[in-house]
This record gives sequence, structure tokens and C-alpha cells, in this order.
Amino acid sequence: MIQSYLTVSILLFCIGIVGVISRRNVFTVFMSIELMLNAANLAFVTFSRLHETMDGHVLALIVMAVAAAEAALALAVVILLHKHKGQLDTNVFSLLKG
Amino acid sequence: MEHNVTFLGYIPLLPLIGAAVLGFFHIGTCNRKPLNEKFYGLVACIGPLLAFVLALRVFLTLKGMPEEARYLSQKAFTWFQVGDLDITMGFLADPLSSLMLVFVTLIGSLIHIYSIGYMEGDKNIGKFFAYLNLFLGSMLILVLGDNPVVMFVGWEGVGLCSYLLISYYSEGTDNVLAGNKAFIVNRIGDLGFVLGMAFLFWAIGAGGFDYFSLKANAHSLTPGIALAVCLLLFVGATGKSAQIPLYVWLPDAMAGPTPVSALIHAATMVTAGVYMVARFSFLYAHVPVAGEIVAWVGIITALVAAIFGMFQDDIKKVLAYSTVSQLGYMFAGVGVAAYSAGIFHVFTHAFFKALLFLGAGAVIYAMHHEQNIWKMGGLKNKMPKTYITMVIGALALAGCPPFAGFFSKDEILYSALATGHVGIWAVGVLVAGMTAYYTFRMIFVVFHGEPRDQEAYDHCHEAPAVMTVPLIILAVGALLAGFLNLPAIFGGHQQVTHWLAPSLVEHHPHASLFVEILAIGASVAAFVIGIRIAYKRFAVGAEEPVFSGFSKFAYHKFYVDELYDGIFVQPYKKIGNAIRKTIEPSVTDAPVTLVSKLYMVIGTAFKVFQVGYVRVYAIYMIVGLSLMSLLLSQSLN
Repeated sequence: MIQSYLTVSILLFCIGIVGVISRRNVFTVFMSIELMLNAANLAFVTFSRLHETMDGHVLALIVMAVAAAEAALALAVVILLHKHKGQLDTNVFSLLKG
Repeated sequence: MEHNVTFLGYIPLLPLIGAAVLGFFHIGTCNRKPLNEKFYGLVACIGPLLAFVLALRVFLTLKGMPEEARYLSQKAFTWFQVGDLDITMGFLADPLSSLMLVFVTLIGSLIHIYSIGYMEGDKNIGKFFAYLNLFLGSMLILVLGDNPVVMFVGWEGVGLCSYLLISYYSEGTDNVLAGNKAFIVNRIGDLGFVLGMAFLFWAIGAGGFDYFSLKANAHSLTPGIALAVCLLLFVGATGKSAQIPLYVWLPDAMAGPTPVSALIHAATMVTAGVYMVARFSFLYAHVPVAGEIVAWVGIITALVAAIFGMFQDDIKKVLAYSTVSQLGYMFAGVGVAAYSAGIFHVFTHAFFKALLFLGAGAVIYAMHHEQNIWKMGGLKNKMPKTYITMVIGALALAGCPPFAGFFSKDEILYSALATGHVGIWAVGVLVAGMTAYYTFRMIFVVFHGEPRDQEAYDHCHEAPAVMTVPLIILAVGALLAGFLNLPAIFGGHQQVTHWLAPSLVEHHPHASLFVEILAIGASVAAFVIGIRIAYKRFAVGAEEPVFSGFSKFAYHKFYVDELYDGIFVQPYKKIGNAIRKTIEPSVTDAPVTLVSKLYMVIGTAFKVFQVGYVRVYAIYMIVGLSLMSLLLSQSLN
């Protein structure tokens, strides 16, 4: 039973990684990151249930709070990026190229 | 009698505080509306005047002491202590330094007051007065220091201030170059001074490095070391006091404002070398050879500078060469072991040279900054006060009895004759005649005859009271200072010589009355002949001469500047350029460029990873995290 929860969590996490790496739209990348966070949350809650303690729940709540804060910041960054170049393709932002 | 006092340190400190305050106000307001000039002038005069009052107090306190124990000292703090070298920031006032103190602060104060008038309307007047105060403070440290190291602090201080003040009108390249020249030439001399001090310390420094200990230990010096120390210290003196071969900076120092010239030539700076030799009389007295060299260098400098002085056309340059020449006399005096005569000439010279420079300043001020004497003429009707005071100064300089210069110069020449230095005496008499000639050439051309430039003549006017009052005070000094050391032949008691006796190591030569009368007679005859030739040539209607032959050679100062330029400056530049072109790129720069190239190669190699796409960086991160997780899981098992 536990295994299937964890499998779902791993699947979600991998989907998130693939999204971050392969997609070029800033919003999609951002959503993929959120997906990875939720995969981690799922794993926390699962282990919490397994060990019958509340630690995992607490951590999951903290992650949610952090995710909310991050969302607020990230959206502001996205707006600035859009103002700067007029589009949201990540390949456009390549100033760090050596 | 209490010898330790606490007020000595304030004498140099007061002008230094003044310099700091003035500098602070100047920096604070230089980009805004400037403060009132009068404020600066007033603040600048407080320090020197208070220092003068304290100097008088020192003098009177010393006077009240028994003759053999006349000194005051103050150990302010231990400056540094390394091995045997224990240097205190100590001050010592003995008869020698107290005499210097009194006239340095008196003349310094008068020059400060005069500057209020002369520098009127200058936009950097705060800076000027700050430097002037700093100059005076440095000189007072030099005079008051109780060991050679503290003296050296003041020695360097006056060198720095001379640089700052000579290039004060820094808009002109020539002025800046003149300042550089003064500073560099002084540094050459300073090297000699430092080496001399080091030798002295190496030989007898272990027993203490203040003057009393050095004097007590001086007998243990071997003759060779003593000679080396004396000559090295004298190299320092030639730099600071403008003797051959390092005199070249002083005439160029005329680029500074006239009060600065007066301060350099009369009260501070150039007298330092003579003071130093007198201060170390306990060394020089035991090395007659060194004294001989000092005396000959001095008298030859006096001769050469007098020749230059006879052909100059800039009023300040005439005076500059006369200073070099008079300094030569002083060194001739201290060289023949007549230290008190040398110092007495420093003392009288300070009055009449300050007077002449300030008078020349008043003329230049009136002529709207014209310095060529061939553009002046007939000024005596327009500027009677300046004329009369300058004539007094000129008579004193030329050695007319009974003005100040006569007694001091005669004392030196008499000492030379009485100690058997007939050659030095003969050259000295010749120079005395030349001094009278060039001094009155200047007076006649500037003040007598017909105006050469009618327009400038019509616009010129007497200087304001703030400038003429110091002139009058100095004229009184130039008139009367000589009587302080009236020799026995005129019914005097040589008070200055007796006053200085405890500080100096000298033996007064005894010569017959005939020698004394011969010395006086020759001096007076030289004066009369010199002034008579000058009168004949320049009193009426002299025109600017065209130089040829020897006079052209002398007008160009024997091409000494060009010679130094050719021998030292140009080869130095060439060596520098050669090093810059050959050694620098291949030897010193090569490793540095190599290192920078190495980093560039490494950077190019690693550049390929920096693709600039966010996604790729995310991959790096994931790969890195995965590897870390793998490692961690390995170590857990």
C-alpha cells in the first residue's frame, strides 16, 4: 500500500524534472517546480502515516507555506522578465553564456 | 634651578595647530563661498605671535640662569625605542636655539602680517596661510629638537613646505617645476644628512642620541668616522642651505609668492644648515679638515653667487643670489670654527634679507607683478617708505658701517684672517665689494633715474600700512641688530658671542690690533669701491645692457643648470627610458602577463559549460544532486 503512494510521488517528481528541463515557457517551468514540491509533500505525508507521527504533516504544511511565498516572488520575477524582453521563452534569457 | 619645563612644546605646536585649523576651514569651504580673508589672516597670525611671546619667555628664563647651566628641556613622550636607539620627542632650549627661536618667530610673525596685505584677493588664501604656519612650525621643531632625529623631522617639514609654497601658483608649469626642483635637490642633501646620522648612531649612539650625550661621547669617535659624519652632515647642509653643488634650487624658488621667498631666505629653511653645523660644533671643532672644506665650499659659493647676482635682471633673483652668497659667508664663518660669528650673521641676515624681500614684494605689488628691474626706475618718489627701508636693508647687506651686516660680516672675515685663512679672507673681501655693487645696482635701477615704463610708473602707489609697518620694524632691526655683538675695538662686549658660548665649542682667536684694523679697513674699502662703481654705472640713465663674453656667461649662471641637466637629468631619463623599453617588458612584466594568459586559457577551456540557458543549469543541478544522493546512500550502507 505504502509503495503505491511512493510510486505516485516519484512519478510526480520525475514529471516535474522533465518539465523543468524540457519546457521553454517560464510558466510551465514554474508549474513543474510546484509539481515537484507537491511530490515531496506526498512523500512526507506517506512516511508520516507509516511511522504514525505528525512530523511529516508539519513539514508538508511548511512546504506549502514556502511554496505560496515562492509563487508570489516568482510571479513578480516573471512579470519583470516579460517587461524586459516582451516574451517568456527561457532561451531568450541567456546573458550568462560564456 | 628647574630645567624641565612644559611650555617648550607649545612653541612649535601653536603654529601647527594654526595650520590644521586654517587647512580645515579652507578644505571645508573651497567648493563654496570662501570665508572672509581677514579671518584667515587673523587666525594665521595668532600662532606665530603666541610662539614669539613664548620664545621671549624662554629667552628671559635662560637669561636668569647661571651662565654654565643655561638650558631648558622638555621630554614630551618616547617616540620609538629599538635596541639602543631610544628617541624621545624632546625639546631643548639652550642659548643657541633660544637666539634662533626669537628671531625666527619675530620675523615669521612679521611676514605673516605682511602677507595679509600682499596676498589680498588671492582665492586660496586659506591654503597659503596654512602652509605658512606649517612652515614656521616645522622650522621651530628643527630648532627646538633635542636630538638629531627630531631635528630631521623639522628638516623634512621645511623641505615639504618649501615645495608646497614654491609651487603655490600651481597654474604655471614653471612654478611646479621649480617646486619639484627644490624638493628633489633637497632630497639629495637629506640623504647625506640621514647617512651622517646613521654613522653617528653606529659610532656613539649607544650612549644616548640627544645632543648632551653625543657631546659627551664625541671624543670616542675615530678621526675617520668623525670626518665622514661631518662631511655627510654638510652634504645635508648644502642641500638645505643652498651651497655648491646643490644651490640651484634657491634661485628657482623665486617662483613662489614673495612673502614665501622672504620666509625661506630669512627666517626658515636656508638658515637650517648653518644652525645644524653650529649645533654639531662639538664634532666639527675636532675635525679641522671638515671645517676647512666647509669654509672653502662656503666662500666659493659666496663668490660664484655674487658673480651671478651682478648680472640678474629679476629683482627677486638678485636677492636670491645675494642670499646664496651670504649663506656662503656663514659657512665660511662656521668652517673656520667661528660658530658664533656664523650664527650672528644668520641673525642679522634674517632682518635685512626679510626686509629686502618684503620691500621687493611691495615694489612688485605696486608694479602689478612686474619683476624685471629694467621695467622700473624712479620709484623713490612714488614709494618713499619702501625706498628708505630698502636702502637701509641694502646698506646692511652691503656691509656699510654701522648697519647690521657690517658687524656680522666683519666678524666672519676677521675670524678667517685671525685663524690664518688668508685666502678665504681675500675672497671674502672681494665678495663684499661685489655685494655692495649688485645690491646698489638694484637700488639705483629700481628707485633712481627716470621711469622706464611710464604707464606702470603712473599707476604705481605706496603699499598699505599692513605691509609698510613690518618693513619699518625690520628696518629698525637691520639698523640696530649689529650693535648686539659690538666687538671690543668699537667699545662693545660681544654679547651675542658670550650668549652663545655655552652651546658652542669654539676657541676665539687672538690677533693683533693690526689684523683687526686690516679686516675692518678692507671691508669698508670694498664696500666703498663697490657702491662707487654701481653709482657710476647705474645712478642715472642706465639702459638694459646687452651681454656678451664673460657677462653673458655669468648672466646664464655659467650654464650650471644646463650642465646638471646634461650630466644628471638627461642620462637619468635615458637610463629610465632604456629600462622601460628593454628590461621592463621582458623581465619584470613577463611573469605577470604569463599569469594572466594562463588564466585566460583555463577560462576558455571552461567556457563551454556556460551555455546561458536556464534549463541546462537545471540539468547540472539535478545531475549534481543525484550524484550527491548516490554518494550519501553509499556511505549509509
